Amino acid sequence: MPDRFPPGTPVRTFRHDPPHHTRLPRYARGKRGVVVEPEGHAELADVSAQGRGDAPVEQVYAVRFAARDLWGEGDHHVVLDLWESYLEADEEDAADER
Amino acid sequence: MSGDHADATIAQRVRRLETLLEDKGVLSGARLDEIIDASLSGASPANGARVVARAWTDPEFKARLLADGTAAVRELGFMEGSYQRLRVVENTEATHNVIVCTLCSCYPLRLLGPSPSWYKSEAYRSRVVREPRAVLGEFGLDLPAGTEITVWDSSAETRYMVLPRRPDGTDGLTEEQLAALVTRNALIGTAAV
Repeated sequence: MPDRFPPGTPVRTFRHDPPHHTRLPRYARGKRGVVVEPEGHAELADVSAQGRGDAPVEQVYAVRFAARDLWGEGDHHVVLDLWESYLEADEEDAADER
Repeated sequence: MSGDHADATIAQRVRRLETLLEDKGVLSGARLDEIIDASLSGASPANGARVVARAWTDPEFKARLLADGTAAVRELGFMEGSYQRLRVVENTEATHNVIVCTLCSCYPLRLLGPSPSWYKSEAYRSRVVREPRAVLGEFGLDLPAGTEITVWDSSAETRYMVLPRRPDGTDGLTEEQLAALVTRNALIGTAAV
């Protein structure tokens, strides 16, 4: 099955604030980025960290964010490794330079 | 930039957990030591330095290293049996890379050795994603204004290592001599070679 988000896909991270462990850091929630590459599949840490045996296995993606989109300033980029369920396709302004 | 107080609390918790594991008969102290030794055995920045020196002297190895870090370092006998994926990011004149783990302290232990205390500090983890140029400056690394910085925040099962730029004037050096130039900080991206 092809990856849901091929390299170059604009994505947006969810703005969730779960009561349990998550690997979507707070500073990167509800932010727009671009997929760098798929990294391979891994158990969703949000579920496995609760000691549950039913963690779904998902593709993890390296996603690149412009500092300006994360912090409102800065000219660098930050790349995070994010599970597929943290992401949705960013339909809006897909051609934006980031 | 060291979080002595927090580290002490964690060390206390770890000792308490170890005691409980032994008391409940889950794991003997000797077995725990074996596991810790095995995970650390041979873990040293000399390993990462060897990988870098090979990449500087063998363009085909370098291409393989950048395409699939895990497979390439296994050619040199590193990361065998590891479930983690290694991604090597190359510094160039245009781009500088630096690694961090903002959620905890993930890091390619086998290639870089035990992580320095500043790498685990709240200050480094929170600031390098926000103002990397200033943080690198505090490490004594002043990058030209035109150099783009990418910060790699290891939030899953990938571990990052920086391939630093080969310094000028090193054409006559052997692979071993080149490896001796590469520091742990250069592999993290907080120093140049």
